[in-house]
Amino acid sequence: MSAGTIVSLPDQSTARIPKMNFITRENGLLSWLLTGDHKRIATLYLISITFFFFIGGALAGLIRLELLTPQTSLMAADTYNKVFTMHGIIMIFFFLVPSVPATLGNFLMPMMIGAKDLALPKVNLLSWYLYIIGGCMGIYVMATGGVDTGWTFTTPLSTHYVNTHVISTALAAFVAGFSSVFTGLNFIVTIHKMRCPGMTWFRLPLFVWSNYAASILMVLGTPVLAITLVLIILERTVGIGVFDPAKGGDPILFQHLFWFYSHPAVYIMILPGMGVISEVVSTFSRKRVFGYTAVAFSSVAIAVFGFFVWAHHMFIMGISNYAALIFSLLTMLVAVPSAIKIFNWAFTLYKGSITFETPMLYAFGFMGLFTIGGLTGVFLGTTGTDIHLTETYFIVAHFHFVMVGGMLMAFLSGMHFWWPKWTGRMYPEKISQFAAVVTFIGFNFTFFPQFILGMLGMPRRYAAYPPEFQALNVFSTAGASILGVGYLLPIIYLTWSLKYGAVAGNNPWQATGLEWQTQSPPLTENFTEIPIMDHEAYDYEWLEKQQEKEVASVG
Amino acid sequence: MDHISPVLWQFLQKWLTHFALFPPEASTVAPESDALFFFMVLVSLIGLTIVVLLIVGFSILYSKKRHPQAVQIEGSTLLEATWTIIPLGLFLVMFVWGALLYFRIYTPSANAMNIYVVGKQWMWKAEHPGGQHEINALHVPMGRPVQITLISQDVFHSFSIPAFRVKREAIPGRYTTVWFEATAVGTYHLFCTQYCGTDHSEMIGDVIVMTPDDYKKWLESSTSGNSLAQDGERLFASLSCNACHNARPDARGPSLANVYNARLTLSSGQPITVDDAYLRDAILDPSQHTTQGYAPIMPTYRGQISEEGVIALVEYIKNLDSDYRVQQTLNTTDLLPDSEGGKPAAGAKAPAAEKEVKP
Repeated sequence: MSAGTIVSLPDQSTARIPKMNFITRENGLLSWLLTGDHKRIATLYLISITFFFFIGGALAGLIRLELLTPQTSLMAADTYNKVFTMHGIIMIFFFLVPSVPATLGNFLMPMMIGAKDLALPKVNLLSWYLYIIGGCMGIYVMATGGVDTGWTFTTPLSTHYVNTHVISTALAAFVAGFSSVFTGLNFIVTIHKMRCPGMTWFRLPLFVWSNYAASILMVLGTPVLAITLVLIILERTVGIGVFDPAKGGDPILFQHLFWFYSHPAVYIMILPGMGVISEVVSTFSRKRVFGYTAVAFSSVAIAVFGFFVWAHHMFIMGISNYAALIFSLLTMLVAVPSAIKIFNWAFTLYKGSITFETPMLYAFGFMGLFTIGGLTGVFLGTTGTDIHLTETYFIVAHFHFVMVGGMLMAFLSGMHFWWPKWTGRMYPEKISQFAAVVTFIGFNFTFFPQFILGMLGMPRRYAAYPPEFQALNVFSTAGASILGVGYLLPIIYLTWSLKYGAVAGNNPWQATGLEWQTQSPPLTENFTEIPIMDHEAYDYEWLEKQQEKEVASVG
Repeated sequence: MDHISPVLWQFLQKWLTHFALFPPEASTVAPESDALFFFMVLVSLIGLTIVVLLIVGFSILYSKKRHPQAVQIEGSTLLEATWTIIPLGLFLVMFVWGALLYFRIYTPSANAMNIYVVGKQWMWKAEHPGGQHEINALHVPMGRPVQITLISQDVFHSFSIPAFRVKREAIPGRYTTVWFEATAVGTYHLFCTQYCGTDHSEMIGDVIVMTPDDYKKWLESSTSGNSLAQDGERLFASLSCNACHNARPDARGPSLANVYNARLTLSSGQPITVDDAYLRDAILDPSQHTTQGYAPIMPTYRGQISEEGVIALVEYIKNLDSDYRVQQTLNTTDLLPDSEGGKPAAGAKAPAAEKEVKP
């Protein structure tokens, strides 16, 4: 083991991937499509969300290309509107929402709490099928002409004024929504009921805490989205008039209902990512997460406050000035737990013994970019400055810093971190570190200029724009091409590593989680015997003793 | 250098000459909005610097090479309290400062002149009280508070003037207002910032700020001949509003003289103050907005009047300080010869007849 790394791999000349594991257990397509194993379902999810990520990413590329010039030179305005709408819908409903919970969460959560599987394996499989049905409907919409309402389905535009596939799209999001309700429900039941002996709430890894918080949001928030989408469909088909001012309805009501889900949804997206960061930062600084309880409770606080801030999307929409005050105040309160987390992660490094493998680099990227994303969120949560900045590129930059700079970095960090557990093989370290740096640079080039564009007043969702905004848009597009490379690289080398990566062994990172105390890739039952948790989470001294014992018994 | 790449060369030239980094400040609230903005930028930069310094500093000091054995630390309540309370305090300062700014931007100045703006797919239509109509342009005088009363005829739009730092959603079916006082002569962008369909990005215009003298000249040279209130008066007569709202002793509808800003009680018992929104609702959805003491007999005019028409009517009623002109119009119709002369006479009887039926 060299001084710069904690990686300890088994002797490559003798090491083999264990013959019996969840991948080799059964063969044939049906054994995958009818599986109840959370790890196999997670693998199915991983393949499907990667597919949707690249569709969404290609659409993002088209958007940036169109915005290279001030005129609508690449595509017609209608086409552009469809492209950004599909980009938003695919990225949010088919990538970000399921990304960490349904892949990493599905794969890891039962192992982390010492369980054989999720509490409801068939519901878990059903959730993947719902996701796929929703996804296929999304693809159908795209293939047959797309939709141009924006991912926010704003009424009355979506109900009375566009002639695109609003109903199919709403149904797609409706069905995909149930997939996340089922995942959330499954997680809550599992965390309550399936923890192994000794696994008390405060011994749970923080990844489990943050997925628990996100699950509550999924279960309580998504049904409201479902109701809203059904109302949209009814409004469009039979004209019930709930949102139609001509029939005494109120389009503002739609905004309330939609954001009641869609604001918590951003926490559904980011909370599991925060869980990943807690695990990674702890492992690569060989230290217990600083202020474990504060980090755990800040996740719960975000979940609770997250439900009471939705109207900060509506400060300029003619809600009462006093309502705006209250929602602004609550928004300030929800910003605090995120700040707490950032500082706790930073102080986890203090007196640690830090190494800089790829997951840690992505985690550093997350911390920097999420800090910017979070702080610019305060600009928008403050009523007075929101007036100027909302609906401009400032808001586009803000949520991309949180969702792409934050969430996607966390997802990639987690994918690299648990890749050896998932596949039994290491990814190639040098090129992946390079990819992490490229992603970070490309990201900043792409999205930082958009803050300035927003400050200048450039509105979002514009296919054409005044020429003085071009220089910054050219920067942004140039950055996007770098970012694209940053995302293509992992696909290539991770696929390569499936066959040629070094054999990882059980615990290449010397991490403490229960998932690392079993073989890689794990058995279908996860453990040969149900583990007993007799130590705190992130107890590196326990791990050392454990390893000494092993050496002694082998010796 | 242009032999390398004409495109690159052109881009570099544009970069040097047409590169905006900060929008012009052209209203009284713009410097105030920017002051808060820069305060927040400053706080954010300090916050970000602290986070980056912590991460980079600890990464150097406690890298595995330098610090091979980690020291386990549980946490620190004092530190947790520090980074809970300090950010919370700063956020609360921003909250209060922002709220003051918000109330300032959305509470119109009492002596503001009013301009109506209708948003529709995909244009902005401005209606000045003097009868000037503009599309995708808005002329305003410098140094005078201007209130914009907004409404959308179809979908959500958003009225944004970045140089003034103001923005307000134009909503179908309800009036919203925003105000500003321009401080610098010039032409500024007017954007629609709420996605509104195909030509969303074409829904842009110019705000032209003029000196008061130039503005006066502009007003004179671009009037359509009728003021907005006069347009309203014509509509009022042609829709026969005056058949009921005529302030006669036997009138079926309430008198509208001085009704604007008056306090009324609705038949539901709810007290209200008459404003633009109420007038609009009373015209389009009268059954829910009947004044106490009157029968809910007024038909709805929804679908019969455009938003501009409603605005003209509202402007007319707003400026109605006596019933004299209402009765004048009525009298002129009464005096029309022969065939038409018969009708008003019958019309005049009709209320009386209905009155008998009512009890």
